[in-house]
Amino acid sequence: MTGAHAIGLIVGIAIIVILFELLRRRRMRERYAMAWLVIGIGSMLIGVFPGLLGEATRAVGLVLPINLVFFVGLIVLLGLTSQLSYELGLAEDRTRALAEEVALIRLEIDEHINGEPVEPAVESDEAP
Amino acid sequence: MDSPAGPRVLVIVPAWNEEACIADTIAEIRATNPSVDVLVVDDGSADQTAARAREAGARVAILPFNVGVGGAMRTGFRYALRNGYDVAAQIDADGQHDPRFLPQLVAELETSDVVIGARFAHKGDTYVARGPRRWAMVLLAAVLSAVAGTRLTDATSGYRVAGRRAIHIFAEHYPAEYLGDTVESLVIAVRLGCKITQVPVDMRVRAGGTPSQSPIRAAIYLFRAVVALFLALVRRWPADFEQGLAEALRKAA
Repeated sequence: MTGAHAIGLIVGIAIIVILFELLRRRRMRERYAMAWLVIGIGSMLIGVFPGLLGEATRAVGLVLPINLVFFVGLIVLLGLTSQLSYELGLAEDRTRALAEEVALIRLEIDEHINGEPVEPAVESDEAP
Repeated sequence: MDSPAGPRVLVIVPAWNEEACIADTIAEIRATNPSVDVLVVDDGSADQTAARAREAGARVAILPFNVGVGGAMRTGFRYALRNGYDVAAQIDADGQHDPRFLPQLVAELETSDVVIGARFAHKGDTYVARGPRRWAMVLLAAVLSAVAGTRLTDATSGYRVAGRRAIHIFAEHYPAEYLGDTVESLVIAVRLGCKITQVPVDMRVRAGGTPSQSPIRAAIYLFRAVVALFLALVRRWPADFEQGLAEALRKAA
């Protein structure tokens, strides 16, 4: 086992331990954890069976195994960031819709219950 | 429009940090169009925009943080829909839109669903744009004219009025992304069968704030306009979009 493979093993174990801890504390949801779990297991497999990487490299027609690592790494990062952008867009849409509803509900309260307009949000303490 | 039998008109004024001119804008709208209701949508302003607007006699919906013009307008359209308005008009808070043209725009709703108060529509127009910004405007005008099947000279004008059908669509689906409030909203309206026309108006220089103009900014504007336009044309809607709309219209009828 070379140093590089040891690194793969260590990184794989680290990812899985951190992942486990995050899931246990409910700081990460399963849907995001799945991708990381696959990465962690893959990284460990390469550490345990160094031959796998060489075979895979030859199979896809590359010369240097490290290039395969970089290539796969980039693709995985691209996928993960795309997923995050997607989720962020969704979350943004929802918060925006919520903000709009809050504004309308606040206006409704002003008009129907208090009868008097309420002072604008908390940002300012200045009396009009 | 001032007759009691006329349509109920809501003027929506999206405002973000406009405490300097919001009161004047509202006063002018009320003076020139006494029968309309004014709703200011305060888009998360950090200044006294909301308070100034209230003092000026407008209703004010305060968004808890800045969501952009599109989100502010959607809030206004929702309000118009829930409170049964026949017409929702957009007038910007900075005083660029002259409310004296409003009755003309509303009158045009007899035969269409969305009416745009447009620059570049007649001789003697004092509004000038140059370079990439001008190219972007020309391109947007050409493509949207083709999409809408009518001549539109000023697709990015925020001065517009919407009838009931358009209010239903916009209350649910007014886009909040870049140029969504102007360009994409028109594409959506056309795709859902709205008829769009324009009425020439004179736009004034803004009463406060600074316009964003530099060659680089103008080039970025052109690029983003092209992307936004392309996306607007190819985007798909949720499958139940038209069905939901039909239902909403039936309920309202």
